[in-house]
Amino acid sequence: MADLSIDFCGVRSPNPFWLASAPPTNTGDQIMRAFDAGWGGAVWKTLGNPIVNVSSRFGGVDYGNTRLMGLNNIELITDRPLDVNLREIREVKRRYPRHTVIASLMVETKEEWREIIHKAEDAGADMLELNFGCPHGMCERGMGSAVGNEPKVLEEIARWAVELARTPVIVKLTPNIGDITEPGEAVFRSGAHAISLINTIKSIVGVDLESMVPLPRVGGASTNGGYCGPAVKPIALHLLSQLARHPQISRLPISGIGGISNWRDAAEFIALGSTSVQVCTAVMHHGYRIVEDMIEGLGDYLDDHGMKSVSELRGRAVPQYQEWGDLDLSYKVVAEISPEKCIGCQLCYVACMDGAHQCIHLPGRTEEQARAAGHTHMPSHVPDRAVTARAGVPGARVPFVDNDECIGCNLCALVCPVAGCIEMKELPGARAPETWNDRVQKGTDFVPGGLDATRMAREGRAR
Amino acid sequence: MSTPSPALLRLPSGRMEERFPDKKPLYDTSEAVAEANRCLYCVDAPCIKACPTAIDIPTFIRKISTGNVRGAARTILTANLLGESCGQVCPVEVLCAGACVYNEWDREPIKIGRLQHYAVHEALAHKRDLFEAKPETGRRVALIGAGPASIAAAGWLALEGHRAVIFERKSIPGGLNTLGIAPYKMKGNAALDEIGWVLSLAKGRIELRTGVVVVAGPATATAGEVSAEALLAEYDAVFLGLGLGADSRLGVPGEDGPGVVGATAFIERLKADPTMKLDGVRRAIVVGGGNTALDAVHELALLGVETSMVYRRRRAEMPGYEHELDAARVDGARLVEDRVPIAVVRDGAQPQGRLLGLCVAPATDGKASGQEENLPADLIVVAIGQSRATGVALAFPGVALDAKGRIVVDRATQRTGNPKVYSGGDCVNGGKEVVNAVAEARAAVQAMSAAFAMGGK
Repeated sequence: MADLSIDFCGVRSPNPFWLASAPPTNTGDQIMRAFDAGWGGAVWKTLGNPIVNVSSRFGGVDYGNTRLMGLNNIELITDRPLDVNLREIREVKRRYPRHTVIASLMVETKEEWREIIHKAEDAGADMLELNFGCPHGMCERGMGSAVGNEPKVLEEIARWAVELARTPVIVKLTPNIGDITEPGEAVFRSGAHAISLINTIKSIVGVDLESMVPLPRVGGASTNGGYCGPAVKPIALHLLSQLARHPQISRLPISGIGGISNWRDAAEFIALGSTSVQVCTAVMHHGYRIVEDMIEGLGDYLDDHGMKSVSELRGRAVPQYQEWGDLDLSYKVVAEISPEKCIGCQLCYVACMDGAHQCIHLPGRTEEQARAAGHTHMPSHVPDRAVTARAGVPGARVPFVDNDECIGCNLCALVCPVAGCIEMKELPGARAPETWNDRVQKGTDFVPGGLDATRMAREGRAR
Repeated sequence: MSTPSPALLRLPSGRMEERFPDKKPLYDTSEAVAEANRCLYCVDAPCIKACPTAIDIPTFIRKISTGNVRGAARTILTANLLGESCGQVCPVEVLCAGACVYNEWDREPIKIGRLQHYAVHEALAHKRDLFEAKPETGRRVALIGAGPASIAAAGWLALEGHRAVIFERKSIPGGLNTLGIAPYKMKGNAALDEIGWVLSLAKGRIELRTGVVVVAGPATATAGEVSAEALLAEYDAVFLGLGLGADSRLGVPGEDGPGVVGATAFIERLKADPTMKLDGVRRAIVVGGGNTALDAVHELALLGVETSMVYRRRRAEMPGYEHELDAARVDGARLVEDRVPIAVVRDGAQPQGRLLGLCVAPATDGKASGQEENLPADLIVVAIGQSRATGVALAFPGVALDAKGRIVVDRATQRTGNPKVYSGGDCVNGGKEVVNAVAEARAAVQAMSAAFAMGGK
């Protein structure tokens, strides 16, 4: 099986799967159980001056029958005495010397940073993670995302940490910012050794419509929390890849965080530039045991694709993330509905009719019926659908695609409940590849039907 | 005589069983993932506790949902090497799925059997190497009978580093898993495919010798015999996976003659004999109340034969599964309760006369009492149990049988009274499911490996 071990800033870890700084890493006992389950590393619940928490603390977002698509929390950093946490870090490192233990830190003054960095390193932490990401509670006190939102402040504190630390310094970034490369560049300038992202996204998870209190409710009020879980993965992947393709920032190892629940999510983060990944919500939902599937699934994936180690996967998808203007306008796909797999729900039909380009038709209709239903273009070819679809549904319910009208948007395939039933088929290139940026270069970037003012300005430019 | 190549593990075509469509067809990936995503991934899950082989069911189902199908198969096969056939033949309604927490909530339990079948089938279709075998130990084990217990045991022995030689009386391996499973659950060739995979584990460590009979006394010079004494001398251990013997007989007048068959013999022909015909059979009677009787009834009903099941007690006392009876009745079978067979009725006095039917009497508590009547039939299938294969067992000194003819073993180790001889499957448990045979095989292999490691034999 492929080698899953990684080198992160010179620290070796048995695998890229780390627990993020959060409730699953609150105590040494928890972390040791996690290591027994197979986790390669853990970022300790953020150390600092102990805080006082509220009750309740979490809110969830369900979607249909899926619980916790998203999770929101208003819990602060550790509420346990620093000494207790340090003693447990020492014990964990003594018993699990090959596993990676990272101390997440959050304090204010340089003197506080000096003390906590030295204490965490003396306890045996392999690395430090500066929590510049927490977007609730702590930021009101000038810490967490209040630092991550201000690249200058971030850079200054990160410089202190690099100056004070003997171990590698990871800066954890907040996604609550317009351009992630600004704090990313600040990390690079500070000399810090690595980046982790994303921390949680500022959120209000819902409102109790009886009491008129947002959720999670603390007595008669609530506050904004930090949002995480599977729902935030696309946001995290984007911010990660913004850093991974940045010429300077990409030289730093990145620990990817945000909605990672299984081996496939982890592989995607690694393909977009992560060296390690951190997990929280999926463990809060299902426990440490999920790591078995992550280790096995990633190992099998690497084996199947002829990669000998996880480092061979790292960043492989980054070059294919390009600007919109560099995408090929000549590339074309059309939807194809499999009559054998279709179960006849017609969700693709309604999605195309109301949400796309009215190019999916129901069989057995006359032209008059089709026009009455809202079609403005009639297909030139109507397939013979005497077949019977699965589950005894008559073939009369299997829709078909008007290839000439289909713009290849994917919507039908996305709403289809049967995986593999609607596939997007690539059409042979009728035209030579051409991007929007090519058109700008050639001066053919004015599409007929636009504003007179724009057209005249272009013509003036051409003269 | 020696290990057949996997291509030869094939039944001839034209068998009657091929006419039966699968009641639970193999899921495709989209169906499997949709079903897997329904699973709650329970902790300390009741489904695991209900499985005789304790497969970590929530874990393998989660792996299906993440696309880690090979991992799902590993989880299944680590606990149950015959996981693919168990996914098809297990009575999940009374085992794992019957324990699913969704039942408590009045929602459909997870289709665990179908997910299990999908995971193993899909994983092995792409890559047959799922396990790394341990280094060779030099130990050799003889396994008598090639039913599920021996096949599973041989596979695990090979993975543990030992060599395994299976001795099978018949030409076709697999025992009842190949020749006795209701064809709408699994076809014989599917069982043979699975055997082919097991035999390929730890390349070359498992040998299958078919057409070999184990005898008590000294073996004759013919190649088809081997003596128990020789096996004990040549091998480090012996595993008895003997299964059960021939179908029990009714013991009523007229039984000998055309039209009366034992249930396992009948099902075996249905599954493996392309020459079998049911021409002229319009009405059939199956005598018995167990699961073999229910299978025979259901099969005949599906073949369009008007079939009645004659049972000597009431439905509630039937040892066969309720869900199987319900399914057979949906497909047209009739149940005749509280009737015992008195005689087989034939045309004319001659014992070989044409079968007319079965004479039955009303029964109270299983005993005949009252007015007899004739039930017309063109075929009578006798499913009242099987004899015990005691001869081979008793050929091994120290092996003892209980009052019901079952081999006595220590339940933790499956070891018999002879410290070198282990046993599992129907010959020990009296006739249970494939999954029970596999569980017993695993316990035996663990005990054998432990004994070998301690230097014992």
